[in-house]
Amino acid sequence: MNNINDITGMIFIGVGLFFDFFGCLGLVRLPDLYNRLQASTKCVTFGTCSILFGTFLMLGFTAAGIKALLCIVFLLLTAPVSAHALARGAHISGVKLWEKSVCDKYESSKASGSSGDEKGKKGKRT
Amino acid sequence: MKRRIIWLIGAIIILSILGIIIFYSIPILFYPDLPFVPFFQRCFYILLFCALFCLYRILKGPTAPDRVVAIDILGILIVGFCSVLGIPTGRSWYIDIGIAWALQSFIATIALAKYIEGKDFDE
Repeated sequence: MNNINDITGMIFIGVGLFFDFFGCLGLVRLPDLYNRLQASTKCVTFGTCSILFGTFLMLGFTAAGIKALLCIVFLLLTAPVSAHALARGAHISGVKLWEKSVCDKYESSKASGSSGDEKGKKGKRT
Repeated sequence: MKRRIIWLIGAIIILSILGIIIFYSIPILFYPDLPFVPFFQRCFYILLFCALFCLYRILKGPTAPDRVVAIDILGILIVGFCSVLGIPTGRSWYIDIGIAWALQSFIATIALAKYIEGKDFDE
């Protein structure tokens, strides 16, 4: 407990737990799929990265510590990609926005510009 | 007024559960002679509580994409859970489980997003 690395790692793990908890609270509390996705993905990704960095600080340059750094890299690469794919798929499949939402630029761009994508999809399905 | 009362009841329940987790040490799972056990017990229980929120959203979510979002978040939580378990038990292979779980959760979420979007899997 008197090592400075342990204390700093515990502080990092505490901050990560804070972010994780409020991200999951947003997952329950917010009214809409897109709001929930935005709040929970960003908060939980940052919180888990902070927990892993605290793990790296506590373990030092051992095999497990380097694996924790590698896991941070994987999370930062994969979590935003999967969240973006989910939001796009949900919007295309027709999940409604919250009724107090202000603007929906993806819907307007779909309506005005690229109708070729829709035609191609329909042709491929039949 | 009624919504405010419901909000207050929920806040009191959540804060009391957090207080029980933080101020009373509930012994489970860790051997007591290992280092850092009281801190990591509390981390363990707070992450379990977050997972309970995700499970609530999986059960109640009105549409299918809600459930997929909750599954994605649960996968990211389990990665942190593995790294928290890895330190006080002294077993370093928990972090290997975390890496494998992160990659597998990414592939599963991409596949489910494609499925929701209405495309085939090989596209």
